[in-house]
Amino acid sequence: MLKLKTTFLAAVGVSAMLLGQALAQEAAHHNAVPERQNWTFAGPFGTFDKAQLQRGYRIYREVCSNCHSMKYIAFRNLADEGGPSFTEAQVKALAAEYKVKDGPNDSGEMFDRPGRPSDYFPMPFPNEQMARMANGGGLPPDMSVLAKARTYHRFDYFPMDVLSAIWDLVTQYHEQGPDYIVGILNGYEQAPKDFKLDGANYNKMMPGNKIAMAAPLSDGQVDYTDGTPKTLPQYSKDVAAFLMWAAEPKLEERKKTGFRAMLFLLVFAGFVGFLKKRIWSNVAH
Amino acid sequence: MSGHSTYEPSIGLTRWLDARLPIIRLLHDAGVSYPVPRNLNYMWTFGGILSMMLAVQIITGIVLAMHYTPEASMAFSSVEHIMRDVNYGWMLRYLHANGASMFFIAVYTHMFRGLYYGSYKAPREVLWILGVIIFLLMMATGFMGYVLPWGQMSFWGATVITNLFSAIPVVGSAVTNWLWGGYSVDNPTLNRFFSLHYLLPFMIAAVVILHIWALHVVGQNNPSGVEVKDFDKDTVPFTPYATVKDGFAIVVFLIFFSWFAFYVPNYLGHPDNYIPANPLVTPAHIVPEWYYLPFYAILRAIPSKLGGVIAMFSAIIVLAFLPWLDTSKVKAATFRPIYRMFFWVFVLVSLGLGYIGSQAPTDGTTLVGRLFTIYYFAHFLVVLPLLGLFEKTKPLPASIADAVLAKNAATGRA
Repeated sequence: MLKLKTTFLAAVGVSAMLLGQALAQEAAHHNAVPERQNWTFAGPFGTFDKAQLQRGYRIYREVCSNCHSMKYIAFRNLADEGGPSFTEAQVKALAAEYKVKDGPNDSGEMFDRPGRPSDYFPMPFPNEQMARMANGGGLPPDMSVLAKARTYHRFDYFPMDVLSAIWDLVTQYHEQGPDYIVGILNGYEQAPKDFKLDGANYNKMMPGNKIAMAAPLSDGQVDYTDGTPKTLPQYSKDVAAFLMWAAEPKLEERKKTGFRAMLFLLVFAGFVGFLKKRIWSNVAH
Repeated sequence: MSGHSTYEPSIGLTRWLDARLPIIRLLHDAGVSYPVPRNLNYMWTFGGILSMMLAVQIITGIVLAMHYTPEASMAFSSVEHIMRDVNYGWMLRYLHANGASMFFIAVYTHMFRGLYYGSYKAPREVLWILGVIIFLLMMATGFMGYVLPWGQMSFWGATVITNLFSAIPVVGSAVTNWLWGGYSVDNPTLNRFFSLHYLLPFMIAAVVILHIWALHVVGQNNPSGVEVKDFDKDTVPFTPYATVKDGFAIVVFLIFFSWFAFYVPNYLGHPDNYIPANPLVTPAHIVPEWYYLPFYAILRAIPSKLGGVIAMFSAIIVLAFLPWLDTSKVKAATFRPIYRMFFWVFVLVSLGLGYIGSQAPTDGTTLVGRLFTIYYFAHFLVVLPLLGLFEKTKPLPASIADAVLAKNAATGRA
């Protein structure tokens, strides 16, 4: 019996190694793996840093919004709980800086009016074709859920990809999107010699290393009024945090509710478990 | 198990109702006095967990459907509307999406329990086959549900799977166009998938009722695989014993569920599904949700399109023949040492197929996928039929009561 068990376990072990070998052959990534950042919104008790979100909004508005829409965010969301927490007055002012096309009025004409808090962020281009024309054929993606639409793989091969996935589940690592975005924004560099760019830009984080977008941010580009360093890595982090809020505005509420749910369930499980043991104590089983 | 009903209505109102519609009697017979083997372990709590998950999915789904728009240009936006503007919409959506995964985790555990303990053997063949039908309905429901957010994976997953029907000889192409409501996956497809996704869970509920009925006629299997012989010695009434045990298991399961729904709600999903569907841009890797991955691997393992489709469906249909493929008279793997080994290898192979399904099809993954597919079918078509004829099984306990007494003596319990 022991010999059979040993042979069986050996067979499983060898197969796993062979599987790992077979799959590792194809593992080579040519793009770098983004660094894990420290996010205030990570973990079971994570919250957004309001000042960071406000800086991130500033970057979005001054730089990114020239090409990237964010159509699921309205100005009023900037005043919502769990977000950048601008005041109502600030939101009114921010919205009013835009001219919005509205109508038709009673004469049947379209007209311009200043933006209102209930308006959604304006689209930088009237249609996809113009967006492509202005961006060398590439379409800048809408940023409303971009932070949830991106990820990266730390390990491409078995068994590390499985083990790291289990570890991510246990440690609640759910910030792959923002980490990737920071990686991309910080990842622009000179292409290696002989690398064919064909009009694209070289980015060490981008799968395939070619990205249509030119480096959008650089040191000193956006004015911070709260003393935060005006460096590229800082900008990348702030705008990535803002994008995470835009993608998951209910993040804080979700984690808070989760804590209450878990606490209740753990206590309830304790009670029901005790009751179960008590009820079963008088029968043989 | 269908013995004489012990319900005795004591007040006027319940006597009156019992004479006209004995529903309380039904509930009493099925859920209070119904005898269950006393030696069931926690692997038997997943039926209750599954019933709860079906209710959770239906309730969250019905409320979501009040806010969702099943039209191609509005579906993705309506889901974002639910996530951002609908009160607790984010919670409904994450409970429903993660609930589907939880539903499948529970159903696979429930099925593997059946495989290990021989719960599919006589007299439970119909019970088992009803379970296979529920599994197929669940897969159809889950597939259609995933299409509804109309993300990249929704659209392209739908394209890949509906295209499989074109493999049917002669009528394939016509059938596929009929299913699509057009010449590709588009708005008509989305609309009808929404209709069917709303319908199928109620068909699941109906088959679940048959499944529970079939169960109550023959009674539960138990970890010893020895049938109930003496009701007083071998069984306990469902209430309070099974009720509280199932209740406890459900609460623990909800803790596991909450971990996903509240803390890592997008862990089991694919980020590409947060990109709105674009028929002109194919994702780098099209993968279904995790619970389809083993079957996806089997589909891709066969080099021919029709062959792959047949293999994939056969991988599920073969389960329906299990009561007749397994020739052993002994039910539980506890007493079948060789079968137990093959069972765990089968578990590893199933997990391996799932992993292969998640990977890009390269030479390495295709080879391993083919080996695992061959093994998967060999387990059912070669190993199980032969094993029953040649296996030397351990001696069975004389009864459930004896098994319980022996176990308690070994652990020193009273």
